[in-house]
Amino acid sequence: MTVAAGSDTIQELTVEEMRAKVGTGMEIESEENMLLSMGPQHPSTHGVLRLLVELDGETVVNMAPDIGFLHTGVEKSMESKTYTKALVMTDRLDYLSPMGNNLAYVMAVEKLLGVECTPRGKVIRVILAELTRIQSHLVWLATHALDLAAMSVFLYCFREREYLLDVFEMVSGQRMMGSFFRPGGMWRDVPEEFVPAVEQFLDFFPSRIADYEALLKNNPIWLSRTKDIGYISGEDAVQWGLTGASLRGSGVDWDIRRAKPYLDYDKYDFEVPLSTDGDVYARYRCRMQEMHESMKIIRQALDRLPEGPVNIADRKIVPPPRSELGQSMEAVIHHFKLWTEGFKAPEGYVYHSIESPRGELGCYVRGDGGPKPARVHFRTPSYVNLASLPFLSKGTFIADVVAIIGSIDIVLGEIDR
Amino acid sequence: MSTDTFVVDKIKKAFPDAIEEIIDFRGEQTVVINGKHLQKIVKLLRDDETLRFDFLTDICADDYLPETPRFAVNYHFYSTKTKAFVRLRVMVEDPDKGVDTLGELWRVATWLEMEVWDLMGINFKGNGALRRLFLPEDWQGHPLRKDYPLGYEEVQFSFNWREVGERKPHPQD
Repeated sequence: MTVAAGSDTIQELTVEEMRAKVGTGMEIESEENMLLSMGPQHPSTHGVLRLLVELDGETVVNMAPDIGFLHTGVEKSMESKTYTKALVMTDRLDYLSPMGNNLAYVMAVEKLLGVECTPRGKVIRVILAELTRIQSHLVWLATHALDLAAMSVFLYCFREREYLLDVFEMVSGQRMMGSFFRPGGMWRDVPEEFVPAVEQFLDFFPSRIADYEALLKNNPIWLSRTKDIGYISGEDAVQWGLTGASLRGSGVDWDIRRAKPYLDYDKYDFEVPLSTDGDVYARYRCRMQEMHESMKIIRQALDRLPEGPVNIADRKIVPPPRSELGQSMEAVIHHFKLWTEGFKAPEGYVYHSIESPRGELGCYVRGDGGPKPARVHFRTPSYVNLASLPFLSKGTFIADVVAIIGSIDIVLGEIDR
Repeated sequence: MSTDTFVVDKIKKAFPDAIEEIIDFRGEQTVVINGKHLQKIVKLLRDDETLRFDFLTDICADDYLPETPRFAVNYHFYSTKTKAFVRLRVMVEDPDKGVDTLGELWRVATWLEMEVWDLMGINFKGNGALRRLFLPEDWQGHPLRKDYPLGYEEVQFSFNWREVGERKPHPQD
């Protein structure tokens, strides 16, 4: 058995030694084949993913993903922090959609507490969640196209993404890790520049999408790299637990915003883009159309943005505003209690899921009556979607593996947690 | 009659002694079932014409130390046809015995069970692929258990630099 262990060294190993070395437990079909370790330092694995690939020439015979290089024990660490402090760790899971992670966690905690966000808070959450979706899809498109050697798309996408990050900075003070949504509402109301900035974005963004489409949609190189590659049928996609655009690209109409509406998503008028082709190109089409649908939702949300508070009035959960602290002794007590001890959540467990840019992001929270969660678990779409990668890749060329990884849109921070 | 009581009735009819407890909390229904019926009940939920819970979305384990039974394994199912949601829960006392795998019913199940085994140490009978996924192969223990310390790095000062340095963990060669 030969193994490419560096740029120019070839080692002779027995199959048993090889298995012990690679550590993924993958079945090796033939000793004639080559084992290639792809990653973790590989630009097209979108992070620190290592793939063990068994190759017959250029064809993938077998594959096993090896993860954990970014494991930081987020779920364990959250158990030792109060509900509010643990929120900060959720941003770092899926670092391309920090607001989406905040939303899943915050809504699970709110469900556990039995409270509901205010009407204005809900609409602002919808706007920011959809902007995050567009932002995440832009990074996906940029890197996916870059993997398949369309470099200019990358530069254009990052230009628009930067605009959105400026909007997030305006709102939360941070470009990415905003920790903006809090149990009971959000850090503070959005500034008055926010709505004009989003409206401006909605004005220029459709023409920018048209630019990306002009570069890719009918590009013969793009078509030959994405059409009929990484095919998965709707039934198989359900078997493999795929969610998000990867599932909808195979024709299964499944969107958590529709199936389990949260934040009044059932009152917005939008389509769920579907395709029945089930290949890399179909998933690309679904995500491109999702950006249009997100804009549609944001437009409706801006139209119905009500006045009023963004946080609930319960001072046992949401800290009092600064203005009250100078006048009310009670406000000082609440402030002190919340920032030292935190609020207490009842005993019980809940599961809340949202449609993150990558699929269903679920959050399981168990409270034990104290101020810290007893157990937090994230059902992260990237982790579950990655399971299908060997299935999608078998029989394709190794160059197509790059396209398939891009099309299921994984983020390693979320996989490893 | 809501979907939730519908599910319970179906299970009760097919397996009268399987349901141990039904918990309603915040609009979510948890059906605590006996582990030995798990595979059959899940197959019923998936294949029954009116239920059609065809989407296994998540498996997550919970540690209730010091209570007995100590561990709980939650299975979250969706129906892509009826948009219903149901949670099955199996209480596990002996993690080495564990519960039966669902790998024969959903291909993603082996992958989800791998995470539970790695971080919580609950065995899934029949899942031959269980391995260290997030943690190094030579890792001891399962970090999400409640008796597993959170851990921290001991600070070295000039007066005890060598002493602390000697007992710090070092990566293996």
